[in-house]
Amino acid sequence: MPGPALSRVHGLFLSLVPSLEVEETLERLQSQKGVQGIMVANTEGIPIKSTMDDPTTARYAKLTCNLKARSTVHTSDPQNDFTFLRIRSKKNEIMVAPDKDYFLIVIQNPTESATLWAPSVIT
Amino acid sequence: MASKLQKRKSSSGQKTSKRGKNRPTLTVGEEEEPTNMESLGHPEIYPVVLTTKTQEIFNCRIDEDITDEQPYKLIKKEDILADFQNRAAVSDFYPVKKVIQEYPGDEILLVYDKDFKYGLNFYLVGTEEGKENYLNAPEIPEEQEEYKEHIPEEICIYKAPISKPWVSLGSEKEIEEESVKESTKKITYMISRKRHQFGAPIKFSDQNASSVKDAYIECTAYPDKNFTLRQLEKDIGMQVVPEVKDISTQTRWTYPKNAITQYHPREFSEEEKETLGQAKSLTDFLNNVSISVEIALQQNEIMNTFIDDWKCLAEEEGTFGDKTDTHLKEYQSFTDLHNLTEKMITCVSWHPVIYGLIAVSVAVRLSFEDRVHFSGKLLLQPSLILFWSFSDPIHPQLMLESPDDIFCFKFCPSDPNIIAGGCINGQIVMWDITAHADRIENIKTGGSRSKKVTLKPMFLLEPDSNKEAMYIRHCAVSSIENGHKHVITDIHWLPDTFEINRMGTVFENRSGICCQLVTCSADCTICFWDIRPQKALTPQPTEKKKDESIEIPFDVPSTFLHLDLAWKPLSKIRLSKGETSLDHCPTKISLSEDHLQYKAQDKMLAQSKAAKVGDMNPYQNLEGGLANHLKPREDFCTKFFVGTEEGEVIYTDWKMERDSETGRLMTKKPVSLYTVHDGAVHTVQRSPFYKDIILTIGGWNVAIWKEGVMTGPLLQTSCAPKRYTSGHWSLTRPGVFYIGREDGYIDIWDLLEKTHEPALSQNICITMITCIKPWTFSAKQQFIAVADYYGTLHILEIPWTLSHPSANEVLSMNYYFEREVKHLEYVDQRKKIREQEKKEMQLEMEKKKAKTYQKSKEQLEAELKMDYESYLELERSILVNLGLIKVSEKVSYMEMM
Repeated sequence: MPGPALSRVHGLFLSLVPSLEVEETLERLQSQKGVQGIMVANTEGIPIKSTMDDPTTARYAKLTCNLKARSTVHTSDPQNDFTFLRIRSKKNEIMVAPDKDYFLIVIQNPTESATLWAPSVIT
Repeated sequence: MASKLQKRKSSSGQKTSKRGKNRPTLTVGEEEEPTNMESLGHPEIYPVVLTTKTQEIFNCRIDEDITDEQPYKLIKKEDILADFQNRAAVSDFYPVKKVIQEYPGDEILLVYDKDFKYGLNFYLVGTEEGKENYLNAPEIPEEQEEYKEHIPEEICIYKAPISKPWVSLGSEKEIEEESVKESTKKITYMISRKRHQFGAPIKFSDQNASSVKDAYIECTAYPDKNFTLRQLEKDIGMQVVPEVKDISTQTRWTYPKNAITQYHPREFSEEEKETLGQAKSLTDFLNNVSISVEIALQQNEIMNTFIDDWKCLAEEEGTFGDKTDTHLKEYQSFTDLHNLTEKMITCVSWHPVIYGLIAVSVAVRLSFEDRVHFSGKLLLQPSLILFWSFSDPIHPQLMLESPDDIFCFKFCPSDPNIIAGGCINGQIVMWDITAHADRIENIKTGGSRSKKVTLKPMFLLEPDSNKEAMYIRHCAVSSIENGHKHVITDIHWLPDTFEINRMGTVFENRSGICCQLVTCSADCTICFWDIRPQKALTPQPTEKKKDESIEIPFDVPSTFLHLDLAWKPLSKIRLSKGETSLDHCPTKISLSEDHLQYKAQDKMLAQSKAAKVGDMNPYQNLEGGLANHLKPREDFCTKFFVGTEEGEVIYTDWKMERDSETGRLMTKKPVSLYTVHDGAVHTVQRSPFYKDIILTIGGWNVAIWKEGVMTGPLLQTSCAPKRYTSGHWSLTRPGVFYIGREDGYIDIWDLLEKTHEPALSQNICITMITCIKPWTFSAKQQFIAVADYYGTLHILEIPWTLSHPSANEVLSMNYYFEREVKHLEYVDQRKKIREQEKKEMQLEMEKKKAKTYQKSKEQLEAELKMDYESYLELERSILVNLGLIKVSEKVSYMEMM
């Protein structure tokens, strides 16, 4: 029957649109220089979307969901809230952006991509 | 005892009748018998006590009348009787009154008993006989004494025992008490069988004691009431204590077991993921969050905020030595003093593994004609490769013999005990010093250094003075007919990662060792050699003869026996310029991979490989390396650089191709050829830092090339004042290289400092430098070996500034090279532009010319005439000025004015 089929297709289209946006955003982030991986996880640490392999994803998601960052910020000043976290390690930088229900985790390798760095003698 | 008895008797006698006489010793009754010394064997002696009064009466005073000489006195009996009457009981003689009354004679002997022998101080002798005895006796004892003295105790006078009656002293009571006596009389029974049963057969049987009645009688125990005691009182101590409970259990310990937990992280299923992924909340979230994330990412891109600028600005502080010290310091120098002929050093090589060991090849310093002239003498002297060690500057550690002067040699990268060298006559010589490896590994300085290192004159030096000089014969030489025909100028080991076949195709090298060599020689060929035994395709009977005739000394290892004198090159490449002109004469080649420094990693690999084979040196078992089913490597770069004697740098390919017409294997034409140097190229070397940068030195200048850039060298220096004779890249600094000159100076170039002239120039010796080889032993110690024309090897220490690279040197050099490449490209482009411009200019010029040609003939004539006239005038004026023509008076003067 054409009616329900059309509506189904229409529904599909509608549902496709948000996912396209999501993909677009993620791709945009991925295209930045030095980005090693992006993943989206829920508050319990279960990954939803990821550009990296499964074991790494699972590990990062689980570890970041246990972060006490929110409590650190919120308890010292109730009006303050935790908006962004950057962890700089020797090899890369982990960025965590939280939300009510989700986490966005991005891993970047910064030093290689930095264009402005220490002055050196150039002949 | 005797006296006791006597006393008892006297006391018992006393009991009967007592008289109160206070004499302690004797209380004698009237009726009593006087005591005598009967018990002592002298019954006639009666001891008496004489008081002083009595002594006075009878004139027997002690020590006056009676002396030791006459201790007796004869007293008249009547006197004593008279005394009795006078003094009655008080008289001392009273106890012996009876004796005196009964005495038969008239005189009684009274003897003074000085020693109280008989208990009292005097004694009477009661009998005449005794008196006589006593009076006569003193003579006898004296005699007896004298007799005794002469014969001491020889004769024992036997006295027969005199039986005496038993005197009981009460011991039988004790014995009676102790003795056991039968209390009752013993009853005896006699039991016997009836007479008629005697001797009858006996029948024994068993019987249980309890079964038969009265077979036994037992005495059972029963509580006897007579003996039961009832304790009516009890004495116990008591104490109140808290209640204590003691319980223990034993746990059962089972064996340890591994417990495993297996888990997997919670994950959403695919559908859940999809639904979540499409939920609107996710998109909103991402939209919100992505902005901040992007900012953060871009921040990192722009600037590294965590960088420590201060730290990055400073160079490394840990320098050794003065920073201003940039000169090479002389460390040691080696000269071979044993040989008398003048020699020069042709090639130097550090031992890849052992510290302080350097090998040097020496050749005679003669020109070709002189060599021919003195060939007889030269045959007698061995050509050597000397091994010098830092610890011994006078005696070389090892000396490798070769049939002729060596011009170049190399240690095998996978086994430093194998050395390949190229001779002046075109032969390749192989040595295997595995047998002497321990000799050079454990070089002790004790031998020559402990004693005074004085240089003895040549004629005093014995061949085996301090240490035996080891002459090691070569292992194998290549075949004379099939090899090179001229001096071998360069020899390289092919790296162990690949191998090539006759066609020049590259295969993977499975054996893990370097097994192929490449040589180039002055006969315009480059040959590839394989040290593994090749299967002979056709049998060659001539070789058998050779084997029989030549005997190899026993101490030569047989590693390369199969190659000796029968070694043919794998393939030959002829560098021909074409059919008309002479071929190129290669002096040095540089392959794509070169082992400038024996890496420690390779050593480990080689060792581990050797261990895998079962401690067998792979070079001992070379046949195992042949395998026909190796796969060819397609993408391998088979091109290499060659420097020639004419100063050209050729970039060519070693792969052979089949000529379409003749079907023979032909070498390809060189890819590029440049003539940049004014003299023979003696150094073609790849940089240890960049795989595609090559340094070529020849004649009076230096050129740096980049592989792939066909337009020309990246850098070409201007002509130097002196000819360059050797050179080498620095092993640690990418922009530094060392060049040796013919006047004994070393030029050190630092491309980061100056590119038009050397950064430093230092004098090393007085003659031409033939070879330079730097070597790194540690981060602090870097040496450079400089060999000169007179045969001396100088070892210099490279200062810190020259050996230690600055922080970004590699990158800076890379940048520099890139710039140069760009410069070349620009020049190329400019050339094209220039050509175009040139063309345009020419066109214009031609156009101009074409225009001027169209003028008419008459105009031309008129113009010519005018020109001629003006010329005449000019001529005249000049001549007048010179004074050669006389000027006519007026007109000309006026005209002149």
